[in-house]
Amino acid sequence: MAEFYRYLTSTLTVVTFFPLAGVLALLLINKERKDLIRWISVGTALLTFAFSLVMLAQFDSTDPGLQLVVRAPWIQIGSNWRIDFHLGLDGLSVLLVLLTTLLTPIAMFASWTAIEERVKEYMIFFLLLEVGMTGVLVALDLFLFYIFWEFTLVPMYFLIGIWGGKRRIYAAIKFFLYTMAGSILMLVAVLWLGTVQGTFAYPALAAMGGIPPGVQRWLFLAFAAAFAIKVPMWPLHSWLPDAHVEAPTAGSVILAGVLLKLGTYGFLRFNLGLFPEASRYFAPAIAVLAVIGIIYGAIVCYPQKDVKKLVAYSSVSHLGFVMLGLFALNDRGIQGAILQMINHGISTGALFLIVGMAYERRHTRELAEFGGLWTVMPLYGAMTLIVVLSSMGLPGLNGFVGEFTILLGAFGSQALGSYAYSIFAAFGVILAAIYMLWMFQKMFLGAVTNPKNETLKDLNWREIVVLLPLLALIFWIGLYPRPFFNLIGASVEQLTAALDAGTALVMH
Amino acid sequence: MTIPDLNLAATLPLLFLSAWACGLLLLDLWAPKGSRHITGWLALSGLVITFAVVASNLGQREEAFGGMLAIDGFSNLLHLIFLGSGALAVLLALNYLKQHGIERGEFYALLLFSVVGMMVMGMAKDLIVVFLALEMLSIPLYVLAGFARPRADSEESALKYFLLGAFSSAFQVYGIALVYGATQATGFAAIGAAIAISGASPLLLAGIGLMLVGLSFKVAAVPFHMWTPDVYEGAPAVVTAFMSVGAKAAGFAALVRVFFDAFHLLTPDWAPLMALFAVLSTIVGNVAAISQTSVKRMLAYSSIAHAGYVFLAVLPGGKGALSDFSASAVIFYLAAYALTNIGAWAVVMAVEKGEGMGSEISDYAGLARTRPGLAMAMALFMLSLTGLPPTMGFMAKFYVFSAALAAGYTWLVLVGVVTVLISAYYYLRVIVFMWMRAGAGLAVTPRPLNFTVALTAVATLAFGLLPGPLMALVEDSVRGLF
Repeated sequence: MAEFYRYLTSTLTVVTFFPLAGVLALLLINKERKDLIRWISVGTALLTFAFSLVMLAQFDSTDPGLQLVVRAPWIQIGSNWRIDFHLGLDGLSVLLVLLTTLLTPIAMFASWTAIEERVKEYMIFFLLLEVGMTGVLVALDLFLFYIFWEFTLVPMYFLIGIWGGKRRIYAAIKFFLYTMAGSILMLVAVLWLGTVQGTFAYPALAAMGGIPPGVQRWLFLAFAAAFAIKVPMWPLHSWLPDAHVEAPTAGSVILAGVLLKLGTYGFLRFNLGLFPEASRYFAPAIAVLAVIGIIYGAIVCYPQKDVKKLVAYSSVSHLGFVMLGLFALNDRGIQGAILQMINHGISTGALFLIVGMAYERRHTRELAEFGGLWTVMPLYGAMTLIVVLSSMGLPGLNGFVGEFTILLGAFGSQALGSYAYSIFAAFGVILAAIYMLWMFQKMFLGAVTNPKNETLKDLNWREIVVLLPLLALIFWIGLYPRPFFNLIGASVEQLTAALDAGTALVMH
Repeated sequence: MTIPDLNLAATLPLLFLSAWACGLLLLDLWAPKGSRHITGWLALSGLVITFAVVASNLGQREEAFGGMLAIDGFSNLLHLIFLGSGALAVLLALNYLKQHGIERGEFYALLLFSVVGMMVMGMAKDLIVVFLALEMLSIPLYVLAGFARPRADSEESALKYFLLGAFSSAFQVYGIALVYGATQATGFAAIGAAIAISGASPLLLAGIGLMLVGLSFKVAAVPFHMWTPDVYEGAPAVVTAFMSVGAKAAGFAALVRVFFDAFHLLTPDWAPLMALFAVLSTIVGNVAAISQTSVKRMLAYSSIAHAGYVFLAVLPGGKGALSDFSASAVIFYLAAYALTNIGAWAVVMAVEKGEGMGSEISDYAGLARTRPGLAMAMALFMLSLTGLPPTMGFMAKFYVFSAALAAGYTWLVLVGVVTVLISAYYYLRVIVFMWMRAGAGLAVTPRPLNFTVALTAVATLAFGLLPGPLMALVEDSVRGLF
């Protein structure tokens, strides 16, 4: 009993599962008391964020290994099958967990007036989603990781399908089946690893190494299938525009802000960590796909009429940078990639919030319907400008730090072995400037062309509160990124050392 | 002539339930017209008592009737599945029969007889007993399928089931005869010994093949599945709920017993055929379910697909290192399927309006608004049938896929997971209608039905989150048997 209590009160267990307490509380409340429901949900999410700050305080950034580990026996079949409830945190995941716990209350708070129907179920699904996302990031047992991974599909499916736009059911099913197709292949790989290597525990598997190259490549591909669909990498990205456009605003924020990162995190943790030889083998191929994603995503943004779709394709482009950084397989590349994951979460999350604010006022997302909003809503315009510049990668803001580090990494990468990747990717930066500035110009600059826009109200206090933390982080990471790099540095060095040696990753 | 050692004491649950069923038949003659309920509650108590007796004695290891019946962990766990399904079916029938105007006491007696037959199937250690049990569990089911007369589709389903079932029993008997001809024995141990000495002969292989055909019919595997959609749709829903779970479990019990015990040496001969059935069942079952608009037919095709998944665990064969693991996987999957499927059919019963109406998917529209608890439970059942965490169905699929992978059938597992993806589409469709479409969302939920749905939903979720104890129990009970 004392053991169970210890597991229950460990930091990571609390951070992962505390939203369930909110779910339980919500189940008992009458569904008509909408404001109470909203306050309890946002309160739970804020408390979870507070707990994650405690977790950060307990995190030692000089230690490259896994920290705050919780390991409880869960399923034991026969003498050799052992699945544990195994959680842990290191430099690769700590920032992502913080991003998750930060974006969730922000997204919930942003849904205050946007969601009026079935608020109770909405908040319950949101909290369940938070449990799933955090679980994916801290799970160290492959089986547990798979469970959390699949589990995040269910609440997201409901969120899109019930509270989404006109084609929500199509988008929800497409999202679900597409993502499940990849993860089901990952299941076979996970089962294979558990059966043949004899354990599901990530530290043990990483240290064991010894998977023959041919088999390693198949396993790499199986895992990559699941993660590439999630990122999404070109050409497996077609679910994303539909899902983003049809999802409710907060759903898009979480989808872009966190869920897509789960894919890149998966590549980082499992493909790079468990299959070093195969990572080297496939690095050029993946880098090519990443660069195509960067350029394709950027080019397709330009003719979009729907603002949300534009931002969705920009996600494809930005995450192409992250993939390029990851598969540069060197220190700079991977550190830049992880930081860019955070940056993308902040910037694109903010972009979706901004689009949502416009939608709440005018109930349209057509770019042509807007125009000249700066004169009508100056504060909105100023905040949007900052976010747009961040997304573009303007020096001084967060996007630049990440992109520059990635480009440096790809430029000098041994695994990639060519300058071409960086050159083409840098071209993508220019394209990003084009579509972002174009979008901003169409929406905000010039004269007010549509009379309906003349009476729009500027941001209310709730919307300002929602954007401020993100803007603060944009400036902080852009001007002083050192604390963030400190957090990730040690673990990434350990990972790249193992990758360079082509050997097993022994986590100290 | 010596009387073989009967060891009746070990078969007490069996005897008790049979006597109880006979007692119910007699009681029904004297029960007043308006209180058919009494028969139902008495049937339920009989099942519950037997369940408790079996559950307290899981670790037994004995033989009865001169070695023809085995009372061990495998059979006891299967007893729990059969008794549990029977009990839940009786609970559901208490109101369902009255609602559809078919309340007659024979229902409960027939159900109990069928359960007895299933129990004997789980204990079989002799081919004759297998056949006996097969008939004993099937004939009441044929009658029960036609219980909702004079509704035409109920009578049609009974006739179809009977004719095809009798045909498959004939295959089964012919197979048994051929095996006897080849090995001069019907007891599994003796057959195994004869095969060890003289190897396989064409006669023996033909007999095995025919037996596989007969048993595959019972579990609704492709290509012997044609009866399933019509029978499942036409029979009264409570009968289908019981039949889809119990008969399938009994069929697989027989398959495991026969093929793990008697024919384990010939695994390389029969495993490819079984693998073919597995692949065909999962593919055909899932693909055909996509185009169904009737929930009942959709669940029938899903039943076919699930038979395919269980076959994956039977493939490794017996008497090897993996046989315990495989047998545990089979039992766990059957238990998961029993809980989830009965729950799903209970919801079907709630939404059904009688006279064959109310079983289209569109009738589920708006259910989440009017009956959120019921819709949540159905969503859970659909997710469990797909095999998504954190439900018991996912754990069961993981267990079965692991067994197949450990035996080296990687390609089959790949086919299996692709079909799981296909199945997600039609299971999700029900969720879409319940949660994301507007509609009347009418359902009738008498208390026993509510209880059944709640119980099975909680069990599906609980065993999905904490399957450890159950898996350990199953493993311990089955250890060393095969």
